Amino acid sequence: MKNFPVQTRVTKRYGHTTILDNIKMTLNKGEIFGLLGPSGSGKTTFVKLLCGIEEATEGEVIVLEKQMPDLNVMKRIGYMAQADALYGELTAYENLEFFATLSGVSRREQKARILSAMKLVDLEKELQKRVEDFSGGMKRRLSLAIALLHNPDILILDEPTVGIDPSLRQKIWETFEDLRSKGVLILVTTHVMDEAERCSRLGMIKGGHLIAVGTPDELKKQTDSQTIEQAFLSYGGQSNEN
Amino acid sequence: MRISAVVKRILKQFIHDKRTMALMIVAPIIILTMLSLVFNGEDLELKIGVLDLPDQIVEKMEQHAVVKNVSSEDAIESLLKEDYDAVVVFNNGEKKLYLEGSNPSINRAVIELVKNSAVNSEEKVTMNISYLFGSDDMTSFDHFGPVLVGFFIFFFVFLIAGVSFLRERTQGTLERVLASPIKRWELVIGYVVGFGLFTMVQSAIIALYSVYVIDLKMEGSFFYVLLITLMLALSALTLGILLSSFAKNELQMIQFIPLVVVPQIFFSGLFNLDTISNYLSWIGPLTPLYYGADALKSVMIKGQGLTELWIDLLVLFGFSITFMILNIYALKKHRRI
Repeated sequence: MKNFPVQTRVTKRYGHTTILDNIKMTLNKGEIFGLLGPSGSGKTTFVKLLCGIEEATEGEVIVLEKQMPDLNVMKRIGYMAQADALYGELTAYENLEFFATLSGVSRREQKARILSAMKLVDLEKELQKRVEDFSGGMKRRLSLAIALLHNPDILILDEPTVGIDPSLRQKIWETFEDLRSKGVLILVTTHVMDEAERCSRLGMIKGGHLIAVGTPDELKKQTDSQTIEQAFLSYGGQSNEN
Repeated sequence: MRISAVVKRILKQFIHDKRTMALMIVAPIIILTMLSLVFNGEDLELKIGVLDLPDQIVEKMEQHAVVKNVSSEDAIESLLKEDYDAVVVFNNGEKKLYLEGSNPSINRAVIELVKNSAVNSEEKVTMNISYLFGSDDMTSFDHFGPVLVGFFIFFFVFLIAGVSFLRERTQGTLERVLASPIKRWELVIGYVVGFGLFTMVQSAIIALYSVYVIDLKMEGSFFYVLLITLMLALSALTLGILLSSFAKNELQMIQFIPLVVVPQIFFSGLFNLDTISNYLSWIGPLTPLYYGADALKSVMIKGQGLTELWIDLLVLFGFSITFMILNIYALKKHRRI
């Protein structure tokens, strides 16, 4: 059990509203875990629990053997929020520099890390541009670069490829696969079904319940579907009947 | 290192955001300049001490002022330092008027009153007038200028600090920052130092302008003015950040101004504090501007030094520390550790 970087058994409520109901999940080192679910299903809340920004109402969230939130574990997580959290008045480089320092990247290493992260997202020419002049897709990519800056062991990405064109998305996914082969655990939430196909495993959340977990092939087989989209819909149908 | 990252980021944001920077420095200067050109005198009840005055004159004066008999000439100075505006002394035909002097409109009113109270209005009244503080060439603006300098620094620092912290929340960067291993107190200190450095420059420019361009009366040391404005700005900054956590958007932040900032003017000495109703007068000592304005008046009008200032400075510092601790606590809403 010790080798699982993420183990959860968690319930989250706001007042009387249950957002997540006893989500039991175990994530492995070196996998890309895709979290699927309609909007409002609790994906983002789950992601925030893993990052330590939200706290469990009941149960536990164990990341790298520590109950979250834990500042030492947060150093080893790269997080990309659903909304781009960037300082528009600052240049891309200044944003990266700020977050690099917060995540504990030493001053000597900063420049090299910033350059390599920006190369990955194809923005290395825009370093001195103000972020308020960036397009939506560029902001998304800059947020991703920020999440990658400190070589985290766990990457938590909330809809990372929204607004990014297909060819760049392809490149970003190659990066994810490269990181996974180095042992990084990547958790992505997504709406894009062809992305879901590329995940090692998938989890489907609906109405705060985890309704299915498995590899893309397993999920398709179980529901007798051709595509993940059909599988997703068929699980959704079942849960409505319950 | 994380604190310095926050500090550096705030300063860079200022440098990039020229309009905000200009607003914080130029707007107070413009308003102070306008007021210095516009303002005229006011009306109030006077408190006058008398020594050896004929009863008829005292009776006449009592129609317009609170009059108290003074036992001897030695008591005059301490009476003026308390809250009396003036003491009139008739001594062997020599008429002397001692004025507290820091408020020129009160000075004028006292002189007017004493002259009008003379038994024989035909008789030309000649008096020796002496001022404890100030002088006869002091204008009204000299009197309330120090309060306004304090107020505008407080106002703009409060607004800009509050809005910028609020924006961190609404644009999601606060959450993103808290997803990093920064500690809550590091974030608050970073904010205070970053804004503090900028505020120092802002206060220095406004104070320099007020003294050397508008030619506001300046009796004491300029260094003390800087120290007071810095302490006042610090309290505005920490209060602004604190209140921003109770606002949902910029508009709500602005709504705090009539509630939190404007009432402070009433208790800062811009209006005569003696005329405030007892039901309200307890509010004054709870507001930072009360102490900031008092300290600025002490230095700029009365030329006093640390002996008179340290309590005001200490209270302002206490406000800032309290607000900072509350800030660190309020951030718990976003992350427990």
